[in-house]
Amino acid sequence: MERLLDIRNLKVWYSTYRGFAKVVDGINMHVGKGEKVGLVGESGCGKTTTMKSILRVLDSRKVHIPEGEIIFKGSDILRMNYNEIQQVRRRSISMISQEPSAALNPVFTVGDQIMEVIRHSGQFDKNFSKKDMKSLAIKAIRDVLISDPERIFDSYPHQLSGGMKQRICIVMALVTPRELLIADEPGTALDVTIQDQIHRLLRSLVEEKHMSLIMITHSLGVARELVDRIYVMYAGNIVEAAKTKDLFKNPLHPYTRGLMDCVPRLSGGGVSEGIYGYIPDYINPTPGCRFYPRCPDAKEVCSRQKPPATVATENHLVACFKYN
Amino acid sequence: MLLYISKRLFQGVFVVVGISILIFIISRVVPGDPARMALGPRAPQYAVDELRREMHLDKPLPVQYCYWFSGVIRGDFGKSINTKRPVMADVKEFLPATIELALFSGFLFIFFSIILGLLAARYRDTWVDGIIRALSYTGIAVPAFVVAVILMLLFGYVWPIIPVLGRLSSDITAPPVITGLITVDSLATGNFTAFFDALKHLLLPSLALAVGPLFQEARILRSSLTDNMGKEYISVATGYGISGSVIMRKYLLKPSFIPVVSVMGLDFASLMGNAFLVERIFNWPGISRYGINAMLNKDLNAISAVIVIFGAIFIVVNIIVDLIVASLDPRIRLGGK
Ligand SMILES: Nc1ncnc2c1ncn2[C@@H]1O[C@H](COP(=O)(O)OP(=O)(O)OP(=O)(O)O)[C@@H](O)[C@H]1O
Ligand SMILES: [Mg+2]
Repeated sequence: MERLLDIRNLKVWYSTYRGFAKVVDGINMHVGKGEKVGLVGESGCGKTTTMKSILRVLDSRKVHIPEGEIIFKGSDILRMNYNEIQQVRRRSISMISQEPSAALNPVFTVGDQIMEVIRHSGQFDKNFSKKDMKSLAIKAIRDVLISDPERIFDSYPHQLSGGMKQRICIVMALVTPRELLIADEPGTALDVTIQDQIHRLLRSLVEEKHMSLIMITHSLGVARELVDRIYVMYAGNIVEAAKTKDLFKNPLHPYTRGLMDCVPRLSGGGVSEGIYGYIPDYINPTPGCRFYPRCPDAKEVCSRQKPPATVATENHLVACFKYN
Repeated sequence: MLLYISKRLFQGVFVVVGISILIFIISRVVPGDPARMALGPRAPQYAVDELRREMHLDKPLPVQYCYWFSGVIRGDFGKSINTKRPVMADVKEFLPATIELALFSGFLFIFFSIILGLLAARYRDTWVDGIIRALSYTGIAVPAFVVAVILMLLFGYVWPIIPVLGRLSSDITAPPVITGLITVDSLATGNFTAFFDALKHLLLPSLALAVGPLFQEARILRSSLTDNMGKEYISVATGYGISGSVIMRKYLLKPSFIPVVSVMGLDFASLMGNAFLVERIFNWPGISRYGINAMLNKDLNAISAVIVIFGAIFIVVNIIVDLIVASLDPRIRLGGK
């Protein structure tokens, strides 16, 4: 499959007063045209950081990217100039924020903010009037199963429920055509029924528009329902990558197995019963495998050396010395 | 919005009535007989009794209040014991000077605090920000009258290029009184010499008053801007390719001004009361100075008038500020979280 996005050895560090927090630690990941992939890992492992670096929306004064490439359709996003990255943001990739309540500006109407996205997309010629834009926005609001789009269009964010805000975030991401959608834990703040609705809605919209999808989630169970391929992330490393079917049939990495024990839902923000210990310190990470302190199968070598990604079976990668 | 406005106006009326009762009670419970004080210790008793009757001081308190309040509504605060004139005549003479001072000072601090705040946020953590920060701490810490004295020394003695006393140079004929604000009146009558002269006289006292609020609001604006820059909605908007200038002008500016406007309003409303020392130093014939003199002389009618007027101005300014905030912030305008 042709690769739309290819992340190579990406490292993302935050500068803190205690030194650099080396959060994303050389990850590799790719998304094919029309492919749906999942990025699964517990809270704080760096999922959002990775995705925000694709759109370059991390605070450049706090973030340092010492290494890596993010190749999108042949060119490296990290080396694009302002106009080029704006084109990618406007026409190619859009992201749904993890926090729908914080993602909307409180002092402008929802409609105003959607219109701004449409206006900036630059995908419409001069004959496209304000009225056309508005009807495009209304249609997009209706597409996310909101029954009275005109009223919602004129509402302010504080007048909407959490579920509504989540849907509006989806509208903003999908109102103009894009090739890749990044959905950062959509619906986690909502109750399970609504979350489920949101997931199904997202999948149908993405399939209908023939887009690629990166779905971020805490839960392998959610990923299993939605995506073709799964990346399992632990403390800034991709520890395992495989087709959804293969991963569930034959999970290799000890961390993945721990996660499997908590399917269907790993509670957000915490460490499950399945895995002992906590996410390691990012400022002074161990030279070895970052999962080593919590690993039930740890060997001596794991504390000294980083396990390289190895091909276990076809299309099934794992970074663990057990399989090396 | 209309409902909101009428609600605020209604509350305002209540507060004014409350203030008036309070002032009345205070003015009547302080020791000393106003009539006796007005006539002096050597006046015969019958004259004092006469004056007491004339001032309704012989009636029970609630009746006195009704007399007094009905007078207040008509703008009649009685006579000033001090200047021997109706208090209202004094107010008409001195209030415009203070209003002119406050308006100009308000204009100065609003304008420059916005500029400094924007600059500090735009160039945050650079030397520009550092200089503004250092200036701000100094400006906030030094009281207005110290600034006034320094300006006075500087421009009255070291480098006398700007007038330091009064509202107008003695060789310039004042424009006819229309509003009482000399700048406005001189402009209205096309008298530009008087206009520029009045403006020059305004500069130092209003600057002295403006320094504190100016730097305080610059700090507030800077921190509210930098806070909001880190908000998720800014990163989201950036991610959709919204242009930098739209993000700055629209997404960032409007929410950031909400806290600043409230403080600006408070500062502006307090300017007039705080103007006393500055008015003294620059010999500015304002109501604030008049009010303090009235207090020192226990001139009850004048004190009441000044407090009622300051209270009313405070309330009106606050209502205006609340309306501006409401127009910026839909969460206040439409209720809710
Ligand atoms: N501005 C920052 N400065 C320093 N550290 C940060 C900053 N932002 C995030 N981090 C750290 O980076 C790590 C990864 O954060 P990130 O938000 O990417 O995690 P996540 O996988 O999205 O978690 P969640 O599932 O809770 O959303 C966390 O440990 C967090 O503390
Ligand atoms: Mg996240």
